[in-house]
Amino acid sequence: MNRFPLWKNVLLILLVGLGFIYALPNVYSPDPAIQITSNSRAAKIDDELLQVVGTVLQEGGIDYFGAEVTPEGFAMIRLRDAGQQLAAQRAVQTLLDGASYQAEDKRYVVALNRASTTPDWLASLGASPMNLGLDLAGGVHFLLEVDTPKAVADRMEDMQESIKKHIRDKRLFNVEVQVKDRTITITTPSEDAQKVLLTYLQENLPDLARQRGSEGGSFWVKATLENRVIQEIENHAVSQNLTTIRNRVNELGVSEPLVQRQGRNRIVVELPGVQDAAGAKKILGKTANLEFRLEAAPSAPPTQKERFEFYTEEERQMRGPKFLERRRIITGERVINAMAGFDDQSNSPKIDITLDGEGGTLMHHATRNEVGRNMGVLFIDYYTEKQRVMENGQLVEKEVQKVDRKIINLATIRSALGVRFQITGLDSVKEANDVALLLRAGSLAAPMVFVEERTIGPSLGAENISMGVKSVQIGMLMLVVFMLFYYKVFGIVANIVLAMNLVLLTALMSILGATLTMPGIAGIVLTMGMAVDANVLIYSRIKEELKAGLSPQGAIHAGFERAFSSIMDANLTTLIVAFILYAISSGSVKGFAVTLSLGIVTSVFTAIVGTRAIVNVIYGNRNVTKLWI
Amino acid sequence: MNNEKVIDFMGVRHWVVGASLVLVLAAILSFAIRGFNLGLDFTGGTLLELHYERPADLEVVRQQLSQAGYPGAVVVHFGSETELLVRLQSDTSDEDETISTNIGEAIVEALRQQTPNVGITLTRSEIIGAQIGDEMATNGILGLLVAFATVFVYVAIRFQTKFSIGAITAQVFDAVILLGAFSLLQLEFDLTVLAAVLAANGYSLNDSIVVADRIRENFRLMRAESTEEIINKSLTQVMGRTIITSGTTLMVLVALYFFGGQLLENFSIALIIGVVVGTFSSIYIMAPAVVWMKLTKQDFMPPVKEGAELDELP
Repeated sequence: MNRFPLWKNVLLILLVGLGFIYALPNVYSPDPAIQITSNSRAAKIDDELLQVVGTVLQEGGIDYFGAEVTPEGFAMIRLRDAGQQLAAQRAVQTLLDGASYQAEDKRYVVALNRASTTPDWLASLGASPMNLGLDLAGGVHFLLEVDTPKAVADRMEDMQESIKKHIRDKRLFNVEVQVKDRTITITTPSEDAQKVLLTYLQENLPDLARQRGSEGGSFWVKATLENRVIQEIENHAVSQNLTTIRNRVNELGVSEPLVQRQGRNRIVVELPGVQDAAGAKKILGKTANLEFRLEAAPSAPPTQKERFEFYTEEERQMRGPKFLERRRIITGERVINAMAGFDDQSNSPKIDITLDGEGGTLMHHATRNEVGRNMGVLFIDYYTEKQRVMENGQLVEKEVQKVDRKIINLATIRSALGVRFQITGLDSVKEANDVALLLRAGSLAAPMVFVEERTIGPSLGAENISMGVKSVQIGMLMLVVFMLFYYKVFGIVANIVLAMNLVLLTALMSILGATLTMPGIAGIVLTMGMAVDANVLIYSRIKEELKAGLSPQGAIHAGFERAFSSIMDANLTTLIVAFILYAISSGSVKGFAVTLSLGIVTSVFTAIVGTRAIVNVIYGNRNVTKLWI
Repeated sequence: MNNEKVIDFMGVRHWVVGASLVLVLAAILSFAIRGFNLGLDFTGGTLLELHYERPADLEVVRQQLSQAGYPGAVVVHFGSETELLVRLQSDTSDEDETISTNIGEAIVEALRQQTPNVGITLTRSEIIGAQIGDEMATNGILGLLVAFATVFVYVAIRFQTKFSIGAITAQVFDAVILLGAFSLLQLEFDLTVLAAVLAANGYSLNDSIVVADRIRENFRLMRAESTEEIINKSLTQVMGRTIITSGTTLMVLVALYFFGGQLLENFSIALIIGVVVGTFSSIYIMAPAVVWMKLTKQDFMPPVKEGAELDELP
């Protein structure tokens, strides 16, 4: 008795073998490296560049080897000493920031990285080491919050403006329109006007839930934005900002950035290898937006128009302030792309703008009857400023959020516009470039603020790794020795299974692309400690059964069988707790939940299948008189 | 079965449970009086880890910071004399306070100017908005409650509602004692510690389930004995396993405490306390609770066939 069928043993060996292969890359510790990326084709990364960089590094006394251009098109320079990483980055960045490498829109970015040393044959099998969290790799972590109420308020304002326009078009008089929170209240003097507006709301603004009534001779309509729509607006704002942030992160040239939505209205940005938090923040934090509006007719009443200055000093002086309509046609989130170019026909610079589908429709409706009028592009910049304010009789410095709205372009509409259109009338190619950049950068659906920021230095990360590895090693050693002394032959089995567990856990994490963090390492240590539990349960049970008078073979069989339900129930409940921890946590703590959950799975598997298989190989089908347990 | 000695665990249960209640009371008193030393994760604020080339005098650095306009800064050594931890509370609870200030760089710059001949590098910085902290605390508490509820349901389905109540009582006891220890010792309570509290709960649960499993099994095997006798017998049987598992887990945790570095210190302490308390509570909180709820054989009707899931028969 106590034999596994052959296929079961083979399957187990195969599985562990595979686990071993996929865990193996973690043994090859990566070289510290610096990585150079460029943001345009003009900034070439080639052997020539590598040579220049090499010279600079040599002059700076930085020991490097294996400089290469990777297939992905960036330069990777491996260093001997992790301590020189920052110095190397500084030296190379200074070089590449120099005049000879800097042109209009070409730019090199130098980041810290860790170059893989996984042998090719392993890499060709798709095996790669675990991802390291920021606390181990070093880098910058940001948490941004999207101001979704602002996006909702914007939408409310748009709808209010379109209702007002309809009231004017239909020449309804003495109609009052008020917005409060999510509700627009329209008060009319006649039932007819009420009816007209209700029809308009029904046909054109289906997102609003309508109510009507009359009171003291006036007739009112209340239109409320539905919760479903509010959620849509919020989701749209967050995903739009997510895309924009992704594009901006790409400009930073970081090798493996993480940009992820977190919760309802937050975005996590993790930039491994980046040390310049301030610089990264500057690029990510450009909280700008755009609005396209028609220029107000000279006869328009003051309530329908707003006065703006131009963005550039020159235009401000030459053209003075201009009046634009209050109603915006579209905002920058509808802009998919904006490219500066040169129009051969008019022999002047231009910008080609591409809108998304809905933006194109809105633009078409707004411009088809307005050919010959001017359309303005407003650039809206959100920023904070320190202000001294009186508070409780004390002068305190406070940060106040400010908004700056300027016209970046005002041009004549030549024909009805659609998804694709051009802006001309720009003074120079440089201006066209600048405006195009602003158009691209301005595609935020709502402003954002930084609510959390963490920076971890590269040396601290390396130190954390070595401490983590050390505690795993020492913990394992203690376990192995203890099990060996306490359970003798079965202790050897337990130790083999423990090693199997560690290999499978590592492999699983590498294959799943899970991120290892410092608490994650603690999770591994804890799992190893707890993993022997399943073995202990089985062995204790076998001992009991022996005492109860069963034969050795019978005791082994009964031990495994009886311990099974305990092991399953105990680990399933722990797994539930680990899942909950995963759900509520973020960042490095999530890493702990990941290793804990995966560790529970692998330890149950190895204890139930692995231990059984080995015990079967040792004792199965044999005449055993005594168990060394 | 056999005539092995059975330890009379339940005989002294009144005393032990009484003592436990005193501990719980002490913990709650400590919550009220001493409160918690909450970490940055929960309070919001700024934390900087600085590396000095030469050992730094805390008093001097505090003075320098206060001159630079950060009077409330907490400065402590972190691991060694050359590593400093600077902590600032966010006093303006303005949510967008972190948007444009680069407070970390500003502080390092200020310190560099005042001690120009000592190299100072910023090894780590954390800036957390105040409302994030609040949310994390809420999330943590919510997580604990969800964990309790889910486990309650699971145990009720797999075992019996009385075990559910017993196990959850043990869980709550663990959490209170663990939090009480952190409050009393004024150890810093941050997100990793919260994770450790949950993990310790998972561990304790593991223990409780093993005990419960054995009690259930013995209820089916032993017909004549009283509930207390059955529970004593079950606890005695699993005692060896409990000691070894707790021992091995404690062993690795001690390794983690000594070699895992400062970041994991409080985390390890929380788990060490959690494992000890969890082992205790599975014996003296869960089991007595079940006794007091008068667990009977009828509670296990109709019996589930043991080991029905196993297909490996020779």
